[in-house]
Amino acid sequence: MNKQIAQPKPQPTIKPKMQSQFLQSAVQEDSEPQPSVISMEDFCAWYGDFQALHNLKLEIPENRVTAFIGPSGCGKSTLLKWINRMNDIVPGARASGKLKLPDIDILSRSTDVVALRRRIGIVFQKPNPFPKSIFDNIAFGPRLHFSKLPKSDLDDLVEWALKKAALWNEVKDRLGKSALGLSGGQQQRLCIARAIAVGPDILLMDEPCSALDPASTSRIEDLIFELREQYSIVIVTHNMQQAARCSDRTAFFYEGRIVEEGATQDVFTRPKEQQTEDYVTGKFG
Amino acid sequence: MATAQKTAKPAVLERREFRSLAATRFREWFILAALAGCTVFTVMITVTIVCLLIGQTVEFFRMPETSVTDFLFGLKWNPTLGNVKHFGIWPLICGTMWVTVIAMCVALPLGLITAIYLSEYAPRGLRNVLKPILELLAGIPTVVYGFFALVVITPALQAVGIQVDFYNAISAGIAVGILCLPTVASLSEDALRAVPRRLREAAYGLGSTKFDVSLKVVVPAALSGIISAFLLALARAIGETMIVAMAAGALAKLTIDPRQQIQTMTGHMASTATGDISNFDVRYYSIYAVALVLFFITLSLTVLGNFVRKRFQEAYD
Amino acid sequence: MAVNLLLGSWVSLPIDGLSFERLDSLLYTFFGFVALGLFVGLVFGAWSVFPNTSFWLLCVVTSASSVVILLILLLSIFYRGIPAFNPPKDDIVAELSEIDTKLSALAADSSEAQELTARQTELQELEQVIDTSFLNKAPAPGAREAGIGPALLGSIWVCVGCAVFFLPLGVGTAIFLEEFKPRNKILRWFTDMLQLNINNLAGVPSIVYGILGMTVFATMFGLFGTSKDPFIELGTEFKRQYVTEGMQVVFIPTDSRDEEPELSDGMTAFKSDGSEVKLNIIGDDDDFPEDDATLNVSLFGDAEGGVVADNAWYSFRLPLGRSVLAASLTLMLVILPVVIISTQEALRAVPMSLRQGAQGLGCTPWQTVRNVTLPAAIPGIMTGCILSMSRAIGEAAPILMISGIVAISMGPQHLMDDFSILPLQIFYWAALPVNDADPHNFQHVAAGAIIVLLLVLFAFNSVAILLRQLAQKQLS
Repeated sequence: MNKQIAQPKPQPTIKPKMQSQFLQSAVQEDSEPQPSVISMEDFCAWYGDFQALHNLKLEIPENRVTAFIGPSGCGKSTLLKWINRMNDIVPGARASGKLKLPDIDILSRSTDVVALRRRIGIVFQKPNPFPKSIFDNIAFGPRLHFSKLPKSDLDDLVEWALKKAALWNEVKDRLGKSALGLSGGQQQRLCIARAIAVGPDILLMDEPCSALDPASTSRIEDLIFELREQYSIVIVTHNMQQAARCSDRTAFFYEGRIVEEGATQDVFTRPKEQQTEDYVTGKFG
Repeated sequence: MATAQKTAKPAVLERREFRSLAATRFREWFILAALAGCTVFTVMITVTIVCLLIGQTVEFFRMPETSVTDFLFGLKWNPTLGNVKHFGIWPLICGTMWVTVIAMCVALPLGLITAIYLSEYAPRGLRNVLKPILELLAGIPTVVYGFFALVVITPALQAVGIQVDFYNAISAGIAVGILCLPTVASLSEDALRAVPRRLREAAYGLGSTKFDVSLKVVVPAALSGIISAFLLALARAIGETMIVAMAAGALAKLTIDPRQQIQTMTGHMASTATGDISNFDVRYYSIYAVALVLFFITLSLTVLGNFVRKRFQEAYD
Repeated sequence: MAVNLLLGSWVSLPIDGLSFERLDSLLYTFFGFVALGLFVGLVFGAWSVFPNTSFWLLCVVTSASSVVILLILLLSIFYRGIPAFNPPKDDIVAELSEIDTKLSALAADSSEAQELTARQTELQELEQVIDTSFLNKAPAPGAREAGIGPALLGSIWVCVGCAVFFLPLGVGTAIFLEEFKPRNKILRWFTDMLQLNINNLAGVPSIVYGILGMTVFATMFGLFGTSKDPFIELGTEFKRQYVTEGMQVVFIPTDSRDEEPELSDGMTAFKSDGSEVKLNIIGDDDDFPEDDATLNVSLFGDAEGGVVADNAWYSFRLPLGRSVLAASLTLMLVILPVVIISTQEALRAVPMSLRQGAQGLGCTPWQTVRNVTLPAAIPGIMTGCILSMSRAIGEAAPILMISGIVAISMGPQHLMDDFSILPLQIFYWAALPVNDADPHNFQHVAAGAIIVLLLVLFAFNSVAILLRQLAQKQLS
């Protein structure tokens, strides 16, 4: 997958955090469409008798940021949780239709969730570092998954992950200290580093900034922007400005259906559907 | 700032040598089976109790001295004395009832009012003192309460002019009541505190006093929780052994006078155990029959109590 | 009519019957009257005028009553129990009175009188000395000599044994019920039933568990013979104990409990320190030996010995009989539901987000429990287990069913030994008749034992409270 980095790509001209105008995407429109990394068709999901998602059809492109927006309870988090089968433990949750990585059928019974989650990392709404040291938090996943893990390799990996998450400079002197001593924003970046350390291709983020202050939010957004070079990112957000700032593509969910999906700029500036326009302009939601 | 960090991928991530998923799977199943085994053990306890008590009770009724009608309707219990032995359960039930009634007279009002105070009135500091004291009372072993009944409550009752015997139902009942007080208080308090704030606020908004809010809004709203606390305390009082074995005496009789010595169901089992129980005679089997009755009484109270509490918890979620 | 007669004798106040000899009776009476007065005054007087204030007062008085009860309880026990640690020393008292009579006969400034006075002060100091022998001594027929040594040791053995069993079983069950919740509807119904079963087991009276333990562990339904004639007996060595004519104790090993060894001249026997001796048997025709060395190893040919059983550390028998192991297992049954419920609560207190975090990284359910949930819940689990242990230490009824009341002069050394525990010792002593003439009776001894029991419980609870604070600090 390193070949993706080597490809010449249009670099963004504006840094997202410097830009505050509403409804202007940070990312230039894609000239060449990316291959899709997750594809779904006719995907439905239920909680018990309640159907949370109706016949979704969506392609999530590789090495791009895809944002799911929509009012509360519209099913965007449910979809995210189905992508790495976090709903497995929820009683009464079931799904039908097609939900696939290029080589794996996510919904299939024979798919091992452990192998799946190695490839699809997830970051939650509230930062949830384990009550362990910073080092052990990052090393948690690798220790679980890798068969040969000499100390030097592990050190390299932890440093790499923390650098990737733009946290290394802040914590390099106190790797042995408890992760609970970090600030909220640092904790969330630690959680991102923790997810990266397992070596996933896809990162799912469930409203990663909703529990953070504006300064921390902007740093996380920067980070998401950096990470899209190597990871396909799916981000669920309530915050439309955030979707506009840091995503390439946007899907608007309403009552369990995808109302509109397309390049972020299009969705925000030239919505095709009336509902989308009402939502992005703040008439409801 | 962030762009400078394009270091090469670490070797481990390039190698992609993962642990065997099959081994993990296998271990997972193995552990799950072991844990399930632990849980099955608890079921085995229940099954063994029921089978054992019923089996041995059948054995008891097979003895020539006993009959089911005598056991269920007989008014005499004299397994050791007399030429004709009688095994009528009612004297034991009467003893248990006296102790339980007296205990509930002590525990229910005191416990409920303490719970109301703790939940509605008490300032934070006082609450932090009272709660540990209640916990301390709950943690004191029952033999200590038995000793207390014997050497303090009985003489004190005699001193204030209630002419009780040395062994009597009143002092044992009071001691059991003190034992149950923390149970009633803490379970009722949990129920009272579970009443949502908005109910209280609504009542205050209508101009109620604290007294009105506590007694006319909060207590009725928490009623099922309080009843459940009462039922659980009742079950505990009926099953209490050491206090009655020490302070209530060992003479089973049908009496309306709690100043005399009596014998409860649990007291009968304890007194049989202090004798020589290894000989498999009718006295030995009688404890199973009594235990079966006791087990079903306490079990039904516990089931009812848990059921009432569960219903209640769902009401506000 | 009968009721009237009955009530007539109920509340008569015999003034001469009022006894204020006992401090706690006085206290109780005092507080009783105060509380009663307040209650009556409040309920009937002020209620109609100030329902608000009077209800508040009623609440305060009622809540205070639990404090008062605790105070009276502790006071009455300490008041009686402290003398147990310093029983009257008869020999010292006797010598002191002797000195008194001598002193009164002597002139104050004589050298002999000064010597006696010095001895008197020395003795008076000795009389006040509190020693710890109450904790080591064995129960004895006299209150002054009685101690709680074997019972204390027995309590420790039984509780540690109980913990060994309930920890894995209780924590395992709680983890299964809390962390491996099935999604399947039928399985969910099944685990709900398991949960209900555990909640109900917690309400079963402990004496019922005692009966269960007695039948299942101690006698094993009588299927394996009796404890006198066990079905399996491993690691127990029997020997006959003889007292020689020189008042020395010697042992002769035998193969079984009932075997009577044939005494013969020159036979090998063992002294209590393990050294070998050759026995000298005095037959009908032999002369009685004169010298001490021979006397020490001499026995009459028809001497009868007592059976002594030596349990090796691995000794085992079926049925378990009145052994420490049977008691530990029974106590485990009593405590198990409590441990399961408290462990479940500790596990539930671990935030769901931690579990999700671990699962998002690809942890299997067990890996989540082992690496994340269990470490975070450990302080809470420990608190629950220690509180359960403190309940186990105070529990008497189930052990009473197993062991009855046994007089034990030595604490248990092995899992198969007979034993007594502290609460049972208290139960036994409290039931003994009190001889009012003796100022130091078994009530004092029982109260002394209660003080030790309460101190042990206090230590347990302190540790539990510390751990609970630690747990709250860690998870916040």
